[in-house]
Amino acid sequence: MGVEIKVEKINAWYGKTQALFDIDLNILANRATALIGPSGCGKSTFIRCLNRMHETLPGARVTGRVQIGDLDIYKGTSATQLRRRVGMVFQKPNPFPSMSIYDNVAAGLKLNGFSNRKQTDEIVETALKSSALWDEVKDSLHKQSGASLSGGQQQRLCIARALAVQPEVLLMDEPCSALDPISTGKVEELIFQLKSQYTIVIVTHNMQQAGRVAEFTGFFLLGKMIEFDKTERIFTNPSDKRTEDYVTGRFG
Amino acid sequence: MPSSVRVLQISLRRRVVDRFMTALAALTVLLVLLPLGAIFAYLIYRGFGSISWAFLTQLPKPVGEAGGGMANGIVGTVFILGIASVMGVPLGIGAGIYLSEYGQNRFGDLVRFVADVMNGVPSIVIGIVAYGLVVLRQKHFSAIAGGVALAIMMVPTITRTTEQMLLLVPHALREAAYGLGVPRWRTTLSITLRTATSGVVTGIMLAFARVAGETAPLLFTAFGNQFWNLHANQPTAALSLQIFNYAISPFDEWHRQAWAGALVLIVLIVAAVSAVRIAVSRGTLAGVR
Amino acid sequence: MRTPLNLGMDELRQRLLHMGGLAEQAVDRACQAYRERDLARCQMVLENEGLINAAERDIDELAFDILARQQPLAGDLRFILAVTKINSDLERVGDQSVNIAERVMDMVELPAVQLPVDIPRMAAAVSAMVRRALESFVEGRAELAQAVLEMDNVVDRMRDEAFILLVKTMNDRPEVTRQALDALLVARNLERVADHATNIAEDVIFWIRGADVRHNVGHGTNANTGESVKE
Repeated sequence: MGVEIKVEKINAWYGKTQALFDIDLNILANRATALIGPSGCGKSTFIRCLNRMHETLPGARVTGRVQIGDLDIYKGTSATQLRRRVGMVFQKPNPFPSMSIYDNVAAGLKLNGFSNRKQTDEIVETALKSSALWDEVKDSLHKQSGASLSGGQQQRLCIARALAVQPEVLLMDEPCSALDPISTGKVEELIFQLKSQYTIVIVTHNMQQAGRVAEFTGFFLLGKMIEFDKTERIFTNPSDKRTEDYVTGRFG
Repeated sequence: MPSSVRVLQISLRRRVVDRFMTALAALTVLLVLLPLGAIFAYLIYRGFGSISWAFLTQLPKPVGEAGGGMANGIVGTVFILGIASVMGVPLGIGAGIYLSEYGQNRFGDLVRFVADVMNGVPSIVIGIVAYGLVVLRQKHFSAIAGGVALAIMMVPTITRTTEQMLLLVPHALREAAYGLGVPRWRTTLSITLRTATSGVVTGIMLAFARVAGETAPLLFTAFGNQFWNLHANQPTAALSLQIFNYAISPFDEWHRQAWAGALVLIVLIVAAVSAVRIAVSRGTLAGVR
Repeated sequence: MRTPLNLGMDELRQRLLHMGGLAEQAVDRACQAYRERDLARCQMVLENEGLINAAERDIDELAFDILARQQPLAGDLRFILAVTKINSDLERVGDQSVNIAERVMDMVELPAVQLPVDIPRMAAAVSAMVRRALESFVEGRAELAQAVLEMDNVVDRMRDEAFILLVKTMNDRPEVTRQALDALLVARNLERVADHATNIAEDVIFWIRGADVRHNVGHGTNANTGESVKE
């Protein structure tokens, strides 16, 4: 089941450059929330603050508080522990090429010490079914490398890999940017179904995608969050002129 | 009309240049392969006749007596190389991992510099260093000393190639592992290193092939032995040493055996590298390079 | 910015204005025909009805195309939706003008009588409403549209009065029943035109403010959502 995410006064830096300014946000459980905005506005930086990936970059710094469920993620847990509860899917599919499809999906389990073979089998199958990939790969789970699939399949594999650790939150950083329309459609269908079990935050450049997939949308600009509201409000009658300008394509 | 003729002429000139350059490239490949082929051919010519079962299984005979072989040298080479690998490979890989994952700083630059310098140190100097470090302390020659010398030579090569291969692994893969909550050290070993396996193995094989034929470092470390020896702490025979000793001797019989020994050494090296390559490729999945 | 969307919206605006002109003209002509008992003008109204219908189809087609291909959002989306609704109201205005013209044609065959209602005055008010509603669209000014909403009450009262007076007339002077009936129907048609003008005004407010003020929510009250960034 998904959990709520409360974000308070998040500021983030890359070295001396500040990338996020006082972000406050409440993300509801079991919903998909989209983050939109022009290139460089900080939405990817923000999403990486939610699973503490931002700080893996040299010189990167975050201040503020993020509460996922009842967990303060910066003070109440280690980064690696956190990331087992908050999964991430990246823009470019990145399956492990040296591992089979099965091993890829099971990677999060095996590399964290989980070794029950039978249970792993079940989890892998469930994850692949959840990401609509099972039928396509069930016969070559152990024989094919993760990198030998098509782009759309690879991304679904990465989603299965993220789901296998049974996180509560799924962060998706422009998951369909590198995919063709049909694969994009499949991934969007997935998100629609996954919502009932996870809290999903999706960064996207494609506004129509935000419209199709997310109940709530946040608009970022130059490191600040300008507006956060129900998607239909943002798309039919946004409160802030800058949101209106972005959404109607007058810039960005 | 005229413009299309000009087009035809231009493309003709281009085609000629293209063909010429291709031929040039092929020629350079031949030039590179030629010495290798020549060496092999000459070795086979001079040495093949002297290879016999006796040669491969018998100990060297004393001066003046015909026959005998380099069996102890073959075994000794494998033994000393084994010791060297056990010391050099983990150290080299470890240093390579350190440099690629944690070494983007002044200290890392220093380590790289030292490795590059060591790559250029003459092998005899390394032999002397090993002599000073091990032989003088122990007051006797040994296979271990020989192993140490060869290991010192292997480490810089393995370090640098391991580092390069690890750096080639896309950062996206490390990120994927971090995103799953895998700690950094585990990511480095299970993901980064594993992805770079093929390249790292190539580096190890490069180092191995290079030291397998070294003679100078073994001169005052392993020293050589006329008899069987599998005690690491005693002087041990090695093919390269035997070949050297026989080649500079005045005896034709020994010259003959030296050629055979050289051929056997090359064959052993090629076989070892091929075996490793095949083993690595068997363990790799369909679709992975 | 000369994007396909902006060019499309400009074209849509032009077409709607043209159609608005046709509809205004139809109402004015029909009312003038009533005043002057002019059959020729009635004919003109009937003939131009075809143009209004064709214009409605053209506008719908273009709006449909823009929606499908450009996926407009926010203000742009509201504009397109408003245009399609205004479109349909203008076509109905055309229909009502035809109805008025037909009444006049019937009336002209009967002897002229004095009736206690001032249809021309009502016609003028209605005409003004249509004009102002279209103005509010052209200039994008919600306060003009607001004014139209308020005038609707006035016209409603006029119609109610006309109703009462004409029914009384029909009771008192049965020999003028047919003329009175014609006048009653014309009054009703005019009131319908006023309703359509009101709809147009509501659509304009929806476009500009994103506020849905339809069906008497905010008739006579300000539909101001308090967002100053918009105007």
